[in-house]
Amino acid sequence: MQNSVEIKNLDLQFGAVKVLQNLNLEIGKGEFLVLLGSSGCGKSTLLNCIAGLLDVSGGQIHINDRNVTWAEPSDRGIGMVFQSYALYPQMTVEGNLSFGLKNAKLPKPEIAKRIKHASEVLQIEPLLKRKPAALSGGQRQRVAIGRALVRDVDVFLFDEPLSNLDAKLRADLRVEIKRLHHKLQNTMIYVTHDQIEAMTLADRIAIMRGGQIMQLGSPDEIYGQPINKYVADFIGSPSMNFLEGNIKNGTFEMGELSIPLDGYEFGDTGAATEGAATMGIRPEHVVTGELVESTPFQVDVEVNLIEPTGSDTLVDCEVAGHHFRVRMDGQSRVSVGEKLRLGFAPARASLFDAKTELRL
Amino acid sequence: MSSTRPNQLFRNISSKIAAIPMIVTALFVFVGGTIWTVVYSFTNSGLLPRLQWVGLDQYERLWATRKWLISIENLAIYGLCMLVLVFVIGFILAALIDQKIRFEDTIRTVILYPYALSFVVTGLVWQWMLNPEFGVQKVVRGWGWESFTFDPLYSADIAIYGVLIAGIWQGSGLVMVLMLAGLRGIDQDVWKASRVDGIPTWKAYIFVIIPMMRPVFVTTLVIVVTGIVKIYDLIVAQTGGGPGISTEVPAKYVYDMMFQANNLGQGFAASTMMLVTVALIVIPWAILEFGGSKHRD
Ligand SMILES: Nc1ncnc2c1ncn2[C@@H]1O[C@H](COP(=O)(O)OP(=O)(O)OP(=O)(O)O)[C@@H](O)[C@H]1O
Ligand SMILES: [Mg+2]
Repeated sequence: MQNSVEIKNLDLQFGAVKVLQNLNLEIGKGEFLVLLGSSGCGKSTLLNCIAGLLDVSGGQIHINDRNVTWAEPSDRGIGMVFQSYALYPQMTVEGNLSFGLKNAKLPKPEIAKRIKHASEVLQIEPLLKRKPAALSGGQRQRVAIGRALVRDVDVFLFDEPLSNLDAKLRADLRVEIKRLHHKLQNTMIYVTHDQIEAMTLADRIAIMRGGQIMQLGSPDEIYGQPINKYVADFIGSPSMNFLEGNIKNGTFEMGELSIPLDGYEFGDTGAATEGAATMGIRPEHVVTGELVESTPFQVDVEVNLIEPTGSDTLVDCEVAGHHFRVRMDGQSRVSVGEKLRLGFAPARASLFDAKTELRL
Repeated sequence: MSSTRPNQLFRNISSKIAAIPMIVTALFVFVGGTIWTVVYSFTNSGLLPRLQWVGLDQYERLWATRKWLISIENLAIYGLCMLVLVFVIGFILAALIDQKIRFEDTIRTVILYPYALSFVVTGLVWQWMLNPEFGVQKVVRGWGWESFTFDPLYSADIAIYGVLIAGIWQGSGLVMVLMLAGLRGIDQDVWKASRVDGIPTWKAYIFVIIPMMRPVFVTTLVIVVTGIVKIYDLIVAQTGGGPGISTEVPAKYVYDMMFQANNLGQGFAASTMMLVTVALIVIPWAILEFGGSKHRD
C-alpha cells in the first residue's frame, strides 16, 4: 500500500520543553488512523505539525510523496476539523464553506458545485443561509466537516471533533464520520481521548504517551495484545485487573494461588521467562457460573460491591489481596457478601515484566 | 407553584430597593441638572442665574460668535482625525503585540503609560516637545539639519494638529489594550482554520477577526468619543486656546463664558448645543444597537 502521510524522526519543542521526540509514523492511503492518549501527551501537537500550524524543530513530513515540512497549511492538501468548530461566526454557512475557495480564486460554478456536493453528503442544505450562532453543536460540527470537504483534499485531520457534543449526538456523528470515510476513502487522522471512538472508527490506533507512540496497531491488537502495562491499563473500560506475582516453572505464582500458563503465547522468546511479573486480565474475560468448570484456573471470592449498569453488572472483589473486577451479565443476580466462583483462561490474559512493564 | 403570574413590580424587589438611591441621584443630578441648564439657556443670566426670558437671543449670539464657530470647527477636525487615527494606530499596535512577541509586558506598559498621565501633564509635555526652543525641532537641528522646522503650536492654521498629536499619544495606549483584550478573546482555532483555508493574515483580520470583535469596538468607540467631546484640559495646558483663538473648543467656550465672562446664559446655550449634538449622534445609534436587538441574529 502506498503511503499517504509519512512522518520521519519528527521533533518538536516549545522552548526547553520537548513535546514530540523522534517520532516516526506511516499512514497508508485511505487509512483511518486514530491518535489516542491521555491529556497532554502531544496528540494535538502532532496533528498541528502535520497540518503545518506548528513549525517542527526537526525531522520531515511527507504528504502524498511530497516533502511538505515547510509548506504552508493551505498548500499541503489537508483539511482540518477542530474541537471548537472554529467557524467564522459572522458568515453564513455558505460563506464559511466558500471563503477559502473564493480566496483561492476558484471559478464560481466550481465553488457552487463543491458546496452542493458537501452539503448533500452532510445533509446541511437547509442550513446554508444561516449563521453558525443559529445552529446546534452537531450542525456546527457538520459545517466544520463540510469546510474541510469542499477543499477537495486527500487527507482529513480531526482534532477531537466530537468532544463538545452530548453522548447521544456523539454516537450519531461518530457513525456518520465512519460512513463518510467509507464513501470518500480519504486518509483520515483523528485525535481523540475517547477509546470507544478510537475502537469503532480506526483501521489502526496509535497509542501516544509523553510525545511518543507506544503502540501502533489494529484495534484488535491493541485490545488483545497490549505491548505494555500502560497500554493495557489505558484501553478497556472498566480497566484491566492486574495481579502481581512470579513466574516459575510455567506457572504464575501469587501467594498460595498458582495459575498455570499453558496456552499463553509468549512474545519474542516464545518461552516463559522466570521472575517477577504482572498478570493482566480484563473484567469481561473472567467467567462465572457453570462456565467456570471449563476454565484452567478457578478461585473463590467474596463480593464486595456491585455496580449495575443495565447491560452488565460489575462485581468488585479481591483476589490474593488485589482489587479485582468482573463483568457479569446484567441479568445475573448477585448480592454483596455472597461467595462467588470465578475462572479465566490464561490464554486471554496478558503478562508483563514487573520491572520494564513490557509484555512477555 | 401558583398558576397566576407574580406581580412584575415585586419581582427582584430587594435589588430594586437597592437601586433606588442611584436612580434618585441620576434623576436629580443628571436629568434635573440638564433640564435646569436648558431652561436657563433661554434667560439673560449673567453672574448669577435669573429667570428673565430672552427667547432665542443667547443662541443667535452664540452662532454669530467667531470663537464658537472656530471651537466647533476645531472639535470636528480633532474628533475626526483622533477617532480614525487612534483606532488605526491602537489596532495595529495590538495586532503587532498579539504576534506573541518578546517583552510584550514591557512594551504594553510603555505604550499604555501615557494614558495614566493626566491631560494636564500630557499637555505640558507636548507643549515642550513642540516648542522650537527646546523640543523636537531643536534636537533635529542639533543633528545637523539646520533648516528643519516643526512648531505646529506657533502657527494658527495648524495648531490644532499639535494638540491632536498629544491626544493620540495619550489615547492610543488605551485603544491598544482594549483591542488586545479583544484579540486575545478570539479562539485560536479560528486562526488555525483560516490558515488551513489559505486566507492571508490581513484578510483574516478584516473579514473574520474584526467582525468577531464588534462588542470591543463599540465599547472603545464610546470611550473615545466621550473623551473627544469633553476635551478641555489638554487645550488649557497645551495652548490655552491660542495662538489667538485658533485652538478653542466647545467645552472651553462654555467654561470661559460661565466663569470668566460672567455670562451664564451664553454658557448654558453653548452647553445645550453640545448636548443636542451628542444626542443627535447617540440616539439614532442607540436605537439601531438596542432597539432592533430582538431582530438581530
Ligand atoms: N504553546 C505551547 N507552549 C508550551 N507548551 C505547550 C504549548 N502547547 C502545548 N504545550 C505542551 O505540550 C504538551 C502536549 O500538548 P497537546 O496539546 O498536544 O496535548 P494533547 O495530547 O492534545 O492533550 P488534550 O487531550 O488535552 O488535547 C502539553 O504538555 C502541553 O503543556
Ligand atoms: Mg488536544
